[in-house]
Amino acid sequence: MRRRDFLRNSLPAAAVLPAVVDGYSIKAFAADSPLLQALMNPTTETDHVLVIVQLSGGNDGLNMVIPVSNYSGYYNARSNVAIAESKILKLDGYEHTGLHPAMTGLQKMYNDGKLNIVQAVGYPSPNFSHFRATDIWMSGSASDEVVSTGWAGRYLNTEYPNYPEGYPNETMPDPLAIQIGSITSLALQGPAMNMAMGITNPTSFYNLINNVVDPAPDNPMGYELTYIRTIAKQTNRFAERIVAAASKVPQQAAYPQDNYLADQLKIVARLVKGGLKTRIYMVGMGGFDTHSSQAESSDTSVGTHARLLKTLSDAIKAFTDDCQFLGVQDRVMGLTFSEFGRRIKSNSSMGTDHGAAAPMFIFGKQTIPGVTGNNPSIPTGASVQDNIPFQYDFRSVYATILEKWFCVPSATIETVLFRNFQRLNIVNDAACKGTPVDDPNQTAGEQLITNYPNPFTTTTTIQYKTRGGHTLVQIIDMLGRVIRTLVDADLRTTGTFTVTFDSGALPTGVYYARLQNEAKQQVRPMLKVR
Amino acid sequence: MLKQDRSIREKLTLMWADHFGTETNTIRNAHFIYKHNDLLRKDCLGNFRKMVKDVTIDPGMLIYLNGYLNEATAPDENYARELMELYTLGKGPTVAYTEPDVRTAASVLTGWRINPDTLEVYFDAAKHDIKSKTFSSYYNNTVIPGRAGADGALETDDLISMLFAKQETSKYICRCIYRWFVYYKIDAAAEANVITPLAIIFRSNNYEIKPVLEALFKSEHFFDVLNQGCLIKSPVDHVIGCMREFNVLFPPVADYGDAYGMWSFIRSFMQAMGQNIGDPPDVSGWPAYYQEPSFHEIWITHDTLPKRNQFTDLMTWNGYTRNEKTIIIDAIAFTKTLPNPGDPNKLVEDALSVIYRVPVSEAAIQSIKQSILLSGQTQDYYWTNAWNGYLSDPGNMQAQTIISNRLKSLYQYLMNLSEYQLS
Repeated sequence: MRRRDFLRNSLPAAAVLPAVVDGYSIKAFAADSPLLQALMNPTTETDHVLVIVQLSGGNDGLNMVIPVSNYSGYYNARSNVAIAESKILKLDGYEHTGLHPAMTGLQKMYNDGKLNIVQAVGYPSPNFSHFRATDIWMSGSASDEVVSTGWAGRYLNTEYPNYPEGYPNETMPDPLAIQIGSITSLALQGPAMNMAMGITNPTSFYNLINNVVDPAPDNPMGYELTYIRTIAKQTNRFAERIVAAASKVPQQAAYPQDNYLADQLKIVARLVKGGLKTRIYMVGMGGFDTHSSQAESSDTSVGTHARLLKTLSDAIKAFTDDCQFLGVQDRVMGLTFSEFGRRIKSNSSMGTDHGAAAPMFIFGKQTIPGVTGNNPSIPTGASVQDNIPFQYDFRSVYATILEKWFCVPSATIETVLFRNFQRLNIVNDAACKGTPVDDPNQTAGEQLITNYPNPFTTTTTIQYKTRGGHTLVQIIDMLGRVIRTLVDADLRTTGTFTVTFDSGALPTGVYYARLQNEAKQQVRPMLKVR
Repeated sequence: MLKQDRSIREKLTLMWADHFGTETNTIRNAHFIYKHNDLLRKDCLGNFRKMVKDVTIDPGMLIYLNGYLNEATAPDENYARELMELYTLGKGPTVAYTEPDVRTAASVLTGWRINPDTLEVYFDAAKHDIKSKTFSSYYNNTVIPGRAGADGALETDDLISMLFAKQETSKYICRCIYRWFVYYKIDAAAEANVITPLAIIFRSNNYEIKPVLEALFKSEHFFDVLNQGCLIKSPVDHVIGCMREFNVLFPPVADYGDAYGMWSFIRSFMQAMGQNIGDPPDVSGWPAYYQEPSFHEIWITHDTLPKRNQFTDLMTWNGYTRNEKTIIIDAIAFTKTLPNPGDPNKLVEDALSVIYRVPVSEAAIQSIKQSILLSGQTQDYYWTNAWNGYLSDPGNMQAQTIISNRLKSLYQYLMNLSEYQLS
């Protein structure tokens, strides 16, 4: 693991002070103002941030990123919802592909060199169920594997292997991941626990967006409920940090009104600028399940899907502008995904049914701009069965982000994603070319279980720390099945012990060593190689 | 607790264990500890006066409050004081017994002993103080005549009669019951309209407990919406309640090695949350039942609330494994017991009716349904299809995981909300 010292270089130099700090005139503040203190003590310890934008429902990628160079094939397959050729937004210097007319914001970003469009992202044997496909994208599994942890959660588990024992701490005082706007999702589920904090979680302090929390009634029940909620807020170990981070950022660039996604991204920008060391933010919007009336028959460039894409495009544009305004543009990278694209051929109710591969957007200043891949091929006389085949596996995008944005070594990436995937040229990896130093987070907190060697070929020694009492060490495979119990005993002593795991004829791949000691548990990923 | 049928027995047993608080760490004799608990269970719904007598000469209590050392030449006031202050009269404003009354009561109680060989309690007349005992004006200057020989033991009954002649005893016990089952705050109206009439019922039924509970549980007051959902669950309510709501399967009792391991684990979790059954902090029982002004709120602290969440999280996702047996919430099995699990609205609503004691708004139900069961989708039938897909092919790991991940998230989330802490 590499330490991201390069970040220090990308921050505003102290020499800029005291005339202007991040656009705020210093004269406006007394020297001891908390705001000034906060700004003068910039976020040197912060790191790269990934913002994952989930588009729930299955986004019609073919009407979002339009194959201009095969317009007739496109039009013939879905004439009732096809965007008129004249209305398609053009991309500077790339005539093969255009954007939906509602996406002027993303068009501008492309032309400004802050957007990469990855064509036809999917996976072999696509699944057409919302739930299953969502789980596949979030878990980073193959179509025929059922993995109950999330790809981002597994990544965070390798970065902060001892979490939550000994967290928060000086190295990592903040939530590892924050999910805004809903309950923490599978993507952030680590091998032992969810690695994220949902901040519309009712136990949190911060009534962010559309947070449905029933008001406490004016009776004894309401009185006690208020008491418990108060303690719950105070107990949230990250509450203070988040309030403090948010309060350091009094001014942000403009965001569109009545834009649910923009509301969420605005909070992300604020927390990033405010100095949270949180790595991953997850935001999202729904409504992409456009089986009918996705466009107006009189003008296919308006309607439900157009409104959704405008919301998406405006929000990402505003967020990117705000990151620039706040001076964090070199630290923030985003991606969009949906559980699947939609069918090539439209249906007769002005809609499209569940499909397969679809484009992803990679956005941010450190994106390598352009269009990755070719327009999807559209068969002549497309039938209802025809789907867009994938050009890039979605896990290639994940692997690329992990390697080039988070500087994760390839053996670790293989542990996180279970296999080796092609890397794409979508992210500027200059940041990951520094001198490798062990990441301090690897040893932060309290390490209860570890193994060596790792990766291993046949046997590996598992070292575990028990506080006495019942102690359990299990080996779990990537699908979550217990395949070996190495220790299951009531121990009268505390201390550190070792046990050998002989993997015998088990296939190569990822295994987890799980320690359960009374109420505590910790899980360590291990990689078996040839 | 885990296995009982629908019954008030264990709840009352725990209430009396708190009322007549003893600590296993002090008694340190498994036989006596068992006997004490057994006594409370047998008397829990019986006659309170009989229970006071039984407890007074219970070997566990005699050890715990030094009654077995109480003798004419060296009186020990410990039990006599708690008998008045904690077990019968309480500390209400009209309670005005005196320090000499405590000493006098102690001398009444001299002579009870435990045979170290048979572990039986007996009365040793030679250790009994045979003087006549005169109490203060609070007790109307009652005189308990001193008795020699075996009859000395009867003085204990005279003492209990004297305590039960005071109306404060009935009122105090009714307040304890009220706090256990309704709410800890007893305002003037509740005192006048609930406690006083209940105390009359208690007295006129010769201190039978059942008529008092019947009157309380059938009262409009008990069912008044103002008095619902305002009890903060004790750790026992939280842990045992969770296990029972989800019908978590434990190893069979006959397999006692495994069963005890699991019981011990959940007991230790309740201990971490502040309630170690069998071992309240002191003779007063758990502060949540008597400590003004916070009472039940004492259960919820910055330390214990996260542990409550940790427990329900653990039980939802990984469970606890020991000796190759696992106790875990079976989210799918629980969901199958609901009347209409294919309808995500009904599923959330019906699950809430099992695990919540407080109402939840339609808006919150919709929000929870959409973000968890529908994974952000807007159409209910996606859940219905997923559920039916599982039912039609329960062995299919994909179909099962789709359902179980969402159900686990749902139940974990519901148990993390503050509302779940109320009863």
